[in-house]
Amino acid sequence: MKKEKVTTATQIRRVIAYIVLVIITILCLFWFYILFINSTRSHAELTKGFTLLPSSFIAKNLGNVLLHGTLPIARGMLNSLLISASSAILTTYFSAMTAFAIHAYRFRGRKAIFTFILAIMMIPTQVTSLGFVRLMTSMNLMDNFIPLIVPSIAAPVVFFYMKQSMDATLPASLMEAARIDGASEVRIFNTIVIPLMKPAIAVQAIFAFVSTWNNYFLPALILHKDYMKTLPILIAQLRAADFLKFDMGQVYATIAFSIFPVIVVYLLLSKYIVGGTTAGAVKG
Amino acid sequence: MEKTVKPQRNNKVTRYNKWGYIFLIPFFVVFVIFQLIPLVSTIYNSFFENYRSGLQQIGPNFVGLGNYQKLLTGGDFFKYFGNTMIMWILGFVPQIVISLVLAYWFTDPSLRLKGQRFFKTVIYMPNLIMAAAFAMLFFTLFADTGPINSMLQQVGIWSKPYSFMSHVGSVRGMVAFMNCLMWFGNTTILLMAGMMGIDTSLFEAAEVDGATAHQIFWKVTLPLLRPILVYVMITSLIGGLQMFDVPQILTNGTGDPVRSSMTLIMWLNKHLYNYNYGMGGALSVILLVVTAVLSFAVFRFSASSEVDN
Repeated sequence: MKKEKVTTATQIRRVIAYIVLVIITILCLFWFYILFINSTRSHAELTKGFTLLPSSFIAKNLGNVLLHGTLPIARGMLNSLLISASSAILTTYFSAMTAFAIHAYRFRGRKAIFTFILAIMMIPTQVTSLGFVRLMTSMNLMDNFIPLIVPSIAAPVVFFYMKQSMDATLPASLMEAARIDGASEVRIFNTIVIPLMKPAIAVQAIFAFVSTWNNYFLPALILHKDYMKTLPILIAQLRAADFLKFDMGQVYATIAFSIFPVIVVYLLLSKYIVGGTTAGAVKG
Repeated sequence: MEKTVKPQRNNKVTRYNKWGYIFLIPFFVVFVIFQLIPLVSTIYNSFFENYRSGLQQIGPNFVGLGNYQKLLTGGDFFKYFGNTMIMWILGFVPQIVISLVLAYWFTDPSLRLKGQRFFKTVIYMPNLIMAAAFAMLFFTLFADTGPINSMLQQVGIWSKPYSFMSHVGSVRGMVAFMNCLMWFGNTTILLMAGMMGIDTSLFEAAEVDGATAHQIFWKVTLPLLRPILVYVMITSLIGGLQMFDVPQILTNGTGDPVRSSMTLIMWLNKHLYNYNYGMGGALSVILLVVTAVLSFAVFRFSASSEVDN
């Protein structure tokens, strides 16, 4: 009798949960659905009003954006890709190296250095940007990708994640064995530690890639020449331009170019991303 | 403990351990060049009057704390700080409520929700979207001639298009909504981890004592989640203070209407573009101090125990 009652209550809660989840799912996907629909429609169709079904102009819109657009979107994608991929590689390799130094060796000041790296974790890039831009200007590195790629070597958040995953997966005995076999420390790091850290490196590489791909504040201060600009800067330029003069099909296609590649990659790799909690990262 | 180990293999251990320093070199070289020097330079600049007025360059003249005084008494600082906080709170409150409920449902064993993988994948997705493109998308969708207006007119909810971009409430609301949408999935995952860490015997004991699901949530789950809730709130506040991409793109950097959605970082960005290094520096330092205080709180809550490993 009592048991029956409990299951009914649970049943009702379950139904409510599903309804809320469906509503939230719609709220999450709705915007991207309209984006998809509208990037398949021509300017004339777009001005007529809204429909829920796609049209057939997607290839034309994408072609217009890439080949005849006023903004160098193709070049922007290439720049974004180059910066993001380089950052992802550098940040994971060198953060693993920094984490390895703290994890594997017992040297004087180790604890202090560890504490220091954790303490600087939350310094926002924005508050140092003034000095950063001035320094890059005097180093002649404006309109250059170096200021956007090389700083990723010192990434406390990635370091912290690597350190935690090393604590869980890298036993000291393994290093002892490698040393007895005569391997040098650099060799141990490159041929034993890095392969063992592959899962953690994959997760952090994805996060680093995506956050660099999306980064707007600093690149906008560094890159001014048209052919050096990344996608977010071009999006801002699109926003600043006189909106009504644009072919709306192209506007949607441009936004789609910035959003959909990330969504596709995410759907392919979501297994790794959703689990890889962002310990210590700043949220919004 | 180390002292007892050391004498036996002193030579070998010290020979290896110098590699600890060597492997730290790349991090510290890059840190010093790209973060420490800029930080010191930013602080240094904050003590100088240094800006351009038209074509004329004023300064740099040492003014001590003059820039700080000008910044804090000018009125704009508190206006923009208020804007930033209002938009953060508008986004954070619904975010934490939704995340708590979802995390509770996902981890409740008696509910056994199906399709959890799918839902988690969907709610986390907005977190990875380019904020600039997302804001541009909202601007386009909510434009006077955009699809949202045309949809609402087609359904007959209103006859004339509503100008979303020229009302204080709707612009702030859109910024808050986007921030909420982009971060609630992340918060849900964090809270789920917290909830799964709670000893299940506590729930069982409460159930045996006849507590309802409602009571268990308020009296058992929530109090035990307090540390992680504080962590989520402070990290979100730190992120909120850095709010930039969404309002910048949505309002094209103006923060309009009447600068009601201008955030502190948008203001900093403006100073940087106008080469106003004195005021920009002072604003950066204030933001740094506020962030440092908040980070210290997070550090005490989460990371300090890690160092002892």
